[in-house]
Formats: sequence, C-alpha cells, structure tokens
Amino acid sequence: MHPALAVIFLTLFSGGGFGIMALTAIANDFQIDGGLNPLQTMIAVILSLVFVSIGMLSSTAHLANPKNAWRAFTRWRTSWLAREGVFAVLYYPFAVLYLLWVFFTSGTHDVAGLILLNLAGVIGLITIFCQGMIYAVLRTIRQWNTALVPANFYVMGLAIGATVLAAERIIMGAPAGTLVGIALALLAASAVMKGIYYFWISRPGGPTIRTATGFNRSTVRILEQGHTFGTFLTEEFGHSLSAANARSIKVIMYIFAFVIPIAALVIGIVTGQSAFAWIAVLSVVFGIGVERWLFFVEAQHVVNLYHGRQQC
Amino acid sequence: MRLGLVIDLDTCVGCHACAVACKEWNTSGTTAPLTDYDPYGAKPSGVWFNRIRHFEVGDYPYNKTINFPMSCMHCENAECVTVCPTGASYKRAEDGIVLVDQNKCMGCNYCSWACPYGARELDRVSGTMKKCTLCIDRIYDMEIPEEERQPACVLTCPAHARMFGDVDDPESPVSRAVRERGGYQLMPELDYNPTNHYLPPRVHAPIPIEELKKKAVRKVKEWVNRVVER
Repeated sequence: MHPALAVIFLTLFSGGGFGIMALTAIANDFQIDGGLNPLQTMIAVILSLVFVSIGMLSSTAHLANPKNAWRAFTRWRTSWLAREGVFAVLYYPFAVLYLLWVFFTSGTHDVAGLILLNLAGVIGLITIFCQGMIYAVLRTIRQWNTALVPANFYVMGLAIGATVLAAERIIMGAPAGTLVGIALALLAASAVMKGIYYFWISRPGGPTIRTATGFNRSTVRILEQGHTFGTFLTEEFGHSLSAANARSIKVIMYIFAFVIPIAALVIGIVTGQSAFAWIAVLSVVFGIGVERWLFFVEAQHVVNLYHGRQQC
Repeated sequence: MRLGLVIDLDTCVGCHACAVACKEWNTSGTTAPLTDYDPYGAKPSGVWFNRIRHFEVGDYPYNKTINFPMSCMHCENAECVTVCPTGASYKRAEDGIVLVDQNKCMGCNYCSWACPYGARELDRVSGTMKKCTLCIDRIYDMEIPEEERQPACVLTCPAHARMFGDVDDPESPVSRAVRERGGYQLMPELDYNPTNHYLPPRVHAPIPIEELKKKAVRKVKEWVNRVVER
C-alpha cells in the first residue's frame, strides 16, 4: 500500500491523543501518584486535543474532494470509517467541557468532572477501535485482516498516552513512579503485541495468482500488465519492501518506539532530568510513526496478483 | 435481475478494443470525464474502467497465453459499498449495478481498498472515485435500437468474447454460457460473489508434433544440421 503521510498521522496522532485522555482518566479516577493537579490536567487535556486535531486535520488532507467530507458521518450503519468520524467528533465536546470545568472550578476529580473525563476517555477508546476496524475489515489485504490490528492500535495509543503523561509529570517535577511503571508496562506490551503481529503476517496465505485468474491447477505468470506506465492501482497498491529492508527498519522501529522511551523514562525518573522525558516522548512518537509506515508498506493488496505477484 | 458480463477467455484476442470503446463512450457519459494525465508525455496514465492483462498459463510446451479483461464485477457482496462512509457508492436493487454518485464522493480511496479486482480508480482532477457503470446510459436508452442497448465493450468486441445479460435468469444466454462452459468467478474464496463470470479456454486436441518429425524434409534438415559444422 502507498504509505500516505496523511493516513499515517491520522492513526498515530489521534491514537496517541485518545491514549493521553484515557490515561488522564485513569490517573485522576484512582489518584495515581496523587492524581494530576488542575494545571497538569489541563496540559494533558490540551495535549490530547492537539494530538487528536493533528490526526483529524491531516486525515482530511488525504481526501481528494474534501468539500464532501461532511457526508462521511452519514453511513455509520455499515462503514467503520463513518463510525470513526462520528466518535472522533463526539469526543470533542466532552474533552472541551472537562477542560473548561477544570479551568473554572479547579476540580479535577469531583463527580461532574470525572463523568466528563471518563466519557471523553471511553469515546476516545471507542474511536481507536473504529480506526483499527477500518483496516481489519478489509479481506483484500491479508496483513490487515486480523483482530491484531485494532489490538495493536489500542496498546500503542495507550503506550503513547502513558509516556506523554509520565514525561509531563517528570518535567513538572511531580511524583511519577506509578505512571512511569504504567508507561513501561504498556510499552513492553506494545513491543510484544507487535511481535505477535509480525509473526502472524509472516505466514503466507490468502488468494494467489491462480485463484485470482481461475487457473487453479496450472502455473500462472504475468506477461503484460496492459499499460505503458503506472496506473492508479500501481500507485496506490504497488508499494512493497524487500525482506532485508523490512528487517532493518523493524529493528530501528523497535529501538525508537520501545527501547529508547523505556530507557529514557527510567533515567528520567531516577535523575529527575526533564531532557530524558522529552526524549522519551519524541522517540515514542517517531518510533510508532515508523511502525505505522511499515503497517502500510507491508500491506499487500490482492490486486497486485493481477500485476504479477504470485501471492500477497 | 442481476446484470453483468460473461467473458470468454477462449476467444479473447487481447486487442484492448473493449477498453478503448469503454473509454470513448464513458468519457462523455454519466461519470465523465475519464481524465488522462500526461497522455502524450513520457509517463502516460489516466482513468480507465476496463483493463486487460495478459498471462502465461502452464509450462512449455503446454503453455498458453490468456488475455484477461477486467472491469467492475458488480458483486453481490459489494464491500466497496458497505465501507463507503458518504453513501456515494451504492448498488442498485433493481439490477445489481454498482455505481458511484459523483456528487457525494469525497475521494477517500477506501472503496478501492475494499475492491479485490482493481475496478475503482480515483480521478485526480475531479477528486472522485470512478468505475464501470455497465454503460447504464446505453442499456436503458430507449432512443437507440434494441440490439445496441448493450455496454460499449460488448458491442465493440471483434472476437465476440464478451456477453452482457441477466445472470439471475437461468435461461438467459449468459447463464446458459456459464452453465455449459463451466464459467467461474475470480477469487471466490473472498466471498464477494461477483456477477461477472469468466469462461475457461476450450480444451482442444493437441497438435501431434511427434508425427511432424517423421516427414522427409524434416529428416533431411536434421541430417544437414548434424553434418554441417558451423
């Protein structure tokens, strides 16, 4: 698949933003590390809103005809993309109301505030599920058509959120021991989940050039693709990565997405230096961005069988 | 009623006339234009509803060239329709034709991801998804003679490799052809249940190449080849 930056940013940033909101809700619900004070809460909610907005705005950059984007909310009965849009928009009023509530009352965990916060958190989590299902429902792309996709989106969104929240506490000099622990656990879980995903998609399966052409008991080879230059189909679906390149990019991804953030958060909490907290946040966002890029480039659409691939 | 195409892989000669006729008709049809990018330049590309690929099936000496025209299959389980968030993609209840409402499409490409057959192509200029309409502006046109109320690709095919009709009617010519020739659907394992069917090549008696060798002229030629050294 063509790794369009607009779509990579959509799931990367909005997933991280919803993760920040969910972790803020957990931290304030259970007063983890003493809970977030009003200023920390407001910064976290604003960060969540900024992340989600970056994701949403960049997704409209992917549209070839954005003047019809408002129609994307209408087919929520069948389309996960429409459901994602509905829930992403529904998230805003609750997040903004909670922000205003904290700003005017300074109450981060009174009943009314917690109701708004938890609703925003849950709606964000539902949106992550819808985003994962956009990809997971496609039977045309074997690497996406698995329940591991929404599961990975969840655990990575939460890992980004926990890393951002723990880093915020370290930078502001507040106790962050439990939050760092949560972030480390989620980062480790993300690394394991991604490993399971890579193991899963490494097995060949699905349609072949034989079932695509109907010559099930013969060898089939492409002679001519039938066009002199690229088409929409080759531009959109023709991208792939050699196995050697994929392996080395995955190593880089694992280092930036999981190893550096874990190490930086541990050093940050021990030394109390805010620079390590910044490193952890930048590294996890970049690393999971690379992970999302790989998610697209490694996806092989079955239409490639008609352009000469033997298997997808 | 379930309108669609039946394509005969035995007689298709791979001339691309169907694709050209399609482009010609539809570039001024309901989803017009079919934009071209850089048509006379180094990298010509553009929107087509119909593309023909060429495959080699089997191994030498039992191999065969198969010309393979593909357009929208007008699937029964058209996931391009269910994934569409705007409602621009729809499947007509009365005849099963899958269409894109150009006034509603926002150009997100999601339907093209859901289509296994590469039937949908984004027009970069209009920003909307375009696809085969089964020449809906021909087949119901009461102003033209009845025998011309067929898709442009079917009318133009010089090898009569394309048939148009109702696959729901068991006695229609298309249904009979599918039944008698063992017509099949592409990638049935994905369960899209495409309406279009493909007729496999007929099995012909093999040409006896061993007998050719016994002919006198050939014997002389082989003897000369052995004796004369280059």
